[in-house]
Amino acid sequence: MIVADKKPIEEIIEEVKDKHTIFIVGCNECVTVCEAGGKKEVGILASALRIYFLKEGKEVKIDEMTLQRQCDHEYLEEIRNVIDKYDAVVSLACGVGVQFMAEKYHSIPVYPGVNTCFMGVTEKRGLWAERCQGCGQCILAHTGGICPISRCAKRILNGPCGGSSNGHCEIRKELDCGWQLIIDRLKALGRLDEYEKIYPIKNWSFERSGGPRQVVRKDVQE
Amino acid sequence: MKVKTPSKLEKILASGCLAVTSECGPPRGSDPEMITRKANLIKSHVDAINITDNQTSVTRLCSLAACIHLKLMGLEPVLQMVTRDRNRIALQSDILGAASFDIHNILCLSGDHQSFGDCPQGQNVYDIDSMQLIQTVRYMRDEGKFLGGDNLHRSPQMFVGAAANPFADPFEIRVPRLAKKVAAGAEFIQTQCIYNLDKFELWMKMACDRGLHEKVHILAGLTPLKSAGMARYMKNRVPGMDVPDEVVKRIAGTPKEKQPEEGIKICIESIERLKKVEGVHGFHIMAIEWEEMVPEIVEKGGLYPRPKVE
Repeated sequence: MIVADKKPIEEIIEEVKDKHTIFIVGCNECVTVCEAGGKKEVGILASALRIYFLKEGKEVKIDEMTLQRQCDHEYLEEIRNVIDKYDAVVSLACGVGVQFMAEKYHSIPVYPGVNTCFMGVTEKRGLWAERCQGCGQCILAHTGGICPISRCAKRILNGPCGGSSNGHCEIRKELDCGWQLIIDRLKALGRLDEYEKIYPIKNWSFERSGGPRQVVRKDVQE
Repeated sequence: MKVKTPSKLEKILASGCLAVTSECGPPRGSDPEMITRKANLIKSHVDAINITDNQTSVTRLCSLAACIHLKLMGLEPVLQMVTRDRNRIALQSDILGAASFDIHNILCLSGDHQSFGDCPQGQNVYDIDSMQLIQTVRYMRDEGKFLGGDNLHRSPQMFVGAAANPFADPFEIRVPRLAKKVAAGAEFIQTQCIYNLDKFELWMKMACDRGLHEKVHILAGLTPLKSAGMARYMKNRVPGMDVPDEVVKRIAGTPKEKQPEEGIKICIESIERLKKVEGVHGFHIMAIEWEEMVPEIVEKGGLYPRPKVE
């Protein structure tokens, strides 16, 4: 999933403090799972803003809604008939949802309510961790199913570097060394001999470096 | 091993003599005098001088410019190059720049993570890693080509080195990792500072068992300890550093004013012992901000005078 974290309330207030009608829109997918932008968080943010405006003695209308997704036309269409009533939208979707909303409803300002962080997993409740950086050319088949790009602080393809210590990364003690994990896994698979294969220089043009990316599937286009 | 470049370091190693290298960290400013002063302290006692590349990710005068200063003094620099800060365009470009000044040695490194330095909010690059940088220099030198495949004019004549840390984890891949660097094209190795000699000897033996000592020149890395505080810092705070308790105890058990002297003594004893270890072809003495001690270490370590080569 795409993992996000809540923005500090002060930052959101700063953006919307002069507005009169605010629409807070959550997303029922990834950000719900990581407890940053689902229905529950929409309610909490709405309450916090109401308290703020009450204290300020300002009358501001705040409405709440949570869409199934904000990254698909179909669900964003659900608010077409109501959105003109507001002079600001706070979207608690990931950056993808915020942008798709802004593209679709061109004349209404959309503010992000979360910081979008990474693609990751729920290690346990309250602990989400990165697993993929979307490099566009998956190499997991060769690294025992553990990704050196997302799990090594230097993204090196022939690790570990000299900073691996007792299984931890030099930059933060609580962080596993991705290359230690790869080696442990190759060993468990009986494939440690593959460690000595030099991984060639990577083609990063399928990653961010290649500019904004698209996946074009003519076979499924209508 | 046949000599392939005009590198003085390579010639000395090929002649079978123990080589001695040392290193200078460039200044945090633009005063070249700080480089030439350090170099003058050690120049007659070492065969080549490494110039670090923004070590510990702290911004400094660039390694290439400092190497050029050494070259202008008639000395033999080893250009350290990390892959943290530059993509493959910049790395290849700097390799050519160095080669244009006839800098004949390069040490290929990944570099410390930027979070340790003065720009922790900066990006890192890591377009390629240290292993791939070794391959890149060898490709440019041996094939006369850029990574993109185009021919280059006057290929860089560089003796290619890499670092090895026998003490980092996991230990079981330390020798395979060395083998990997050799396979990538490393011709000399400078190791992490050695304080745990037993462990180093074990690593060296495992390397020799695989015949790696016949394929690559290994220079044992040594850093004299200045104080008990430094020993403890190295032991506890520097990742991948192995300082055994007895070394800390020995320094800590010495009166404070005698601790630097004791540190030098330990360093010289290490040289004496490591000289006899199969596969050790020289020493890399990293006297951090203590360059003035290098001559004494080299002399008392029985490594002086340095050999003359054509």
